[in-house]
Amino acid sequence: MASLNGANGARPISVSVRRKIFPPVGDREAQLVLKDISFDVAPRSFLVITGPSGCGKSTLLNIIAGLDRDYDGSVDLGPAADRLAFIFQTPRLLPWRTVYENIALALPSDDPKQSRIAGMLERVGLGQAMNAYPERLSLGMQRRAALARGFILEPEILLMDEPFVSLDEQTAASLRDLLMELWHSHPTTVIFVTHDRTEAIQLGTRILRLAPGKASVVQDVSIDLTEAQRHDRAAVLAEQNRIFAA
Amino acid sequence: MAPISTRTFSTPKPIAAPLGFTAALERLAWMAGSLFALAVLWQLIAVYAQNRYLPTPIAVFDVLWRESANGDLWVNISATLLRVAAAFVVSMFIGTAIGLALGRFKTADKFFDAWLILFLNLPALVTITLCYIWFGLTDIAAITAVALNKIPNVAVNMREGARSLSRDLDEMAKIYKFGHWKTLRHVILPQLAPFFAAAARSGLSLVWKIVLVVEAFGRSSGVGYRLSIAFQEFDVSTILAYALAFILIVQAIEFLVLQPLQARVNAWRR
Repeated sequence: MASLNGANGARPISVSVRRKIFPPVGDREAQLVLKDISFDVAPRSFLVITGPSGCGKSTLLNIIAGLDRDYDGSVDLGPAADRLAFIFQTPRLLPWRTVYENIALALPSDDPKQSRIAGMLERVGLGQAMNAYPERLSLGMQRRAALARGFILEPEILLMDEPFVSLDEQTAASLRDLLMELWHSHPTTVIFVTHDRTEAIQLGTRILRLAPGKASVVQDVSIDLTEAQRHDRAAVLAEQNRIFAA
Repeated sequence: MAPISTRTFSTPKPIAAPLGFTAALERLAWMAGSLFALAVLWQLIAVYAQNRYLPTPIAVFDVLWRESANGDLWVNISATLLRVAAAFVVSMFIGTAIGLALGRFKTADKFFDAWLILFLNLPALVTITLCYIWFGLTDIAAITAVALNKIPNVAVNMREGARSLSRDLDEMAKIYKFGHWKTLRHVILPQLAPFFAAAARSGLSLVWKIVLVVEAFGRSSGVGYRLSIAFQEFDVSTILAYALAFILIVQAIEFLVLQPLQARVNAWRR
């Protein structure tokens, strides 16, 4: 699966946001959301952007995705920009299309990957629910479908905005495992936004911390845990203390 | 954003889950029974009143039979239905275009809002008379008059639809490179479908009523025209016979065309 984006040819993503301002709305004054943020993301790394809600994480992700172009700065995704997937905070499936159709629509109709959809849905545990409409599924299953839609593209860049929020811990954990499994079988550059510190450490190879009010990066640290350690609560907690105590 | 379900998945329901057969039969039996009771009541009152302006249901069915046998009924009803169809298509088409434009462009909406209110409150009779005066007693004038009555209604409905389009889904379509055609077909039109269906159903009932008025006023065919003749002769049996025939046909369209259509576009709802 990973043959198409050889690491040799890949180059880092570079993000530089000098200023992002929310314009005034009604009584609220203009608000400086992001300031002098600049970083590179190595190919096939798993970058987690974390920070409390309201610190501008999602705004930053939307800028990287190209959904928000009203900012001062530049984002260079390189040739990888063509194969970008975004898994949103809500599943954003088309409720009037079946799960299968939702995945199929993410691909051009003549894409050979169309033939892999059923297999992908089996893998994320939706083999039985392929022909169901999304709203008849639980939120956890809708999120699985959103993951399938992201990975079917075999993206070079995968952006994720709190994709496991508002799930019970057990469901969220199983989805994190699924994400890891998909990521290992199809290594890709991931930028993952979350406010959950444990989740950040379990998943990331590098953490970028934003702080409220500062509008900029307060910490940039890499995480060197083995797969086993990531499933070990004590190890995760120790790492969490090391990073977030700073 | 679409509402999030917490229900776990069981088995997919069939498309357009139809009413159970026995339930449909029971509903039909209730309808037939109540309509029959109404006919009996009417018969009793008519026999008791013995007034030539209140014919019995049997007399009305007699007229219905006669008009149907000599073909008048079908000529008039098909003329009316053609006008209804033309006015309906024209007003849905133009009203949808206007509504979508107003929903998307704020300046246009601000400017034309007053026009819309004006046309919404313009009495049907005024548009009808003016159209006949300006364009002559023609079918074009008749259909224009009906469409002018209906267009603002459709536009208001579709404007709401355009305003409620989801930005979330729009972004999703952008990320996954849907392009214009796929976005229109799979993202935008399904969001507009319920508004369109609502406009269509309320539209049909409004349009056919106005078409009768237009025909009574200035056409020489159609149910409206036949009713106006019957009125001149104080021929209540014919008036009731035509009314009955028309109700039956409009209900048939509702049950056989509009409701199945609506069930189909709503199949995905929980």
